[in-house]
Amino acid sequence: MSSSTTWTVVIAISVLCLAIKVFGHYVPERWLANPRLQRINALIPIALLSALVVAQGVVLRTHVVIDHRLAGLGVALVALLAKAPFPVVVVAAALTSAVVYHLH
Amino acid sequence: MAPVLRNTVRDALSVSVTVGAYGVAFGAASVAAGFSVLQTCLFSLFTFTGASQFAAVGVVASGGPAVSAIATAAMLGTRNALYAIQMAPLLRVRGFRKIAAAHVTIDESTGVALSQTPRGVEAVRAGFWLTGLGVFFFWNVFTLLGALGAKALGNPASWGLDGAVPAVFLGLVWPRLENTFLRLVAVTSMVFAVVVTPWLPVGLPIIATALVAVVLGWRER
Repeated sequence: MSSSTTWTVVIAISVLCLAIKVFGHYVPERWLANPRLQRINALIPIALLSALVVAQGVVLRTHVVIDHRLAGLGVALVALLAKAPFPVVVVAAALTSAVVYHLH
Repeated sequence: MAPVLRNTVRDALSVSVTVGAYGVAFGAASVAAGFSVLQTCLFSLFTFTGASQFAAVGVVASGGPAVSAIATAAMLGTRNALYAIQMAPLLRVRGFRKIAAAHVTIDESTGVALSQTPRGVEAVRAGFWLTGLGVFFFWNVFTLLGALGAKALGNPASWGLDGAVPAVFLGLVWPRLENTFLRLVAVTSMVFAVVVTPWLPVGLPIIATALVAVVLGWRER
């Protein structure tokens, strides 16, 4: 991705994300009171973050690829099930992934 | 300092340091995705909402187009508007303070603020500002450290960075999976993303997964 594209991404997202927050501070409460909108909005982060787990864990461009990243993800899952704190989860995943990458 | 406020300060500080430390992961992931150290720092200063930032660099890292990165980040940012609607009547601020309040309206500041409700509205406000500004400070300092670190280390796979990023997303979604239905939403989204990956352009499967949220959230359960 070229430098002008990365600048576009940084600036556009910064402007949009701040605008969204400011919007919420100014709109009357009833505007977003629709229950269906609230239900869907509550599920959006779960859906997108789950998709990102897949996209970053087992996808390369348009292919599903099983590699060292999945080993890291597996260890992260075990750590989360064991109620490990977040930094432990991330570092354990990184270490596992790096070890498998070098062994392979 | 009143003991009530001392508890609020303690809550706010512990959240600020812990969450701020993830800035290392963001800074490193952003540089590994091809953003410069300056762009990475501006990201944390001005976007300042972690999930959106991670999503944007995630889409860019996987080779997705800019528009897909922007749309995914914006959709993840919409929940901040709902937090803002909850916080505005409690904070009662105007002008510059309102813009500042908006900028630090994120998962953590809202979470700590609302958890202070039994301690009174003063504690709610203190919790919001202390956590918002505290996370802002630590998130930006750690972003810079992560970005400089990744630049110094080189090949991200060699250090497990490409394996850490999906773990970050798993860690971000994990605390939200409070019941069976929400876990079903997560699993359905993952399966959906895998299935559509070979059929859609790079970066699009992520944003397409919003459909799962629309379909499963359409009816009351």
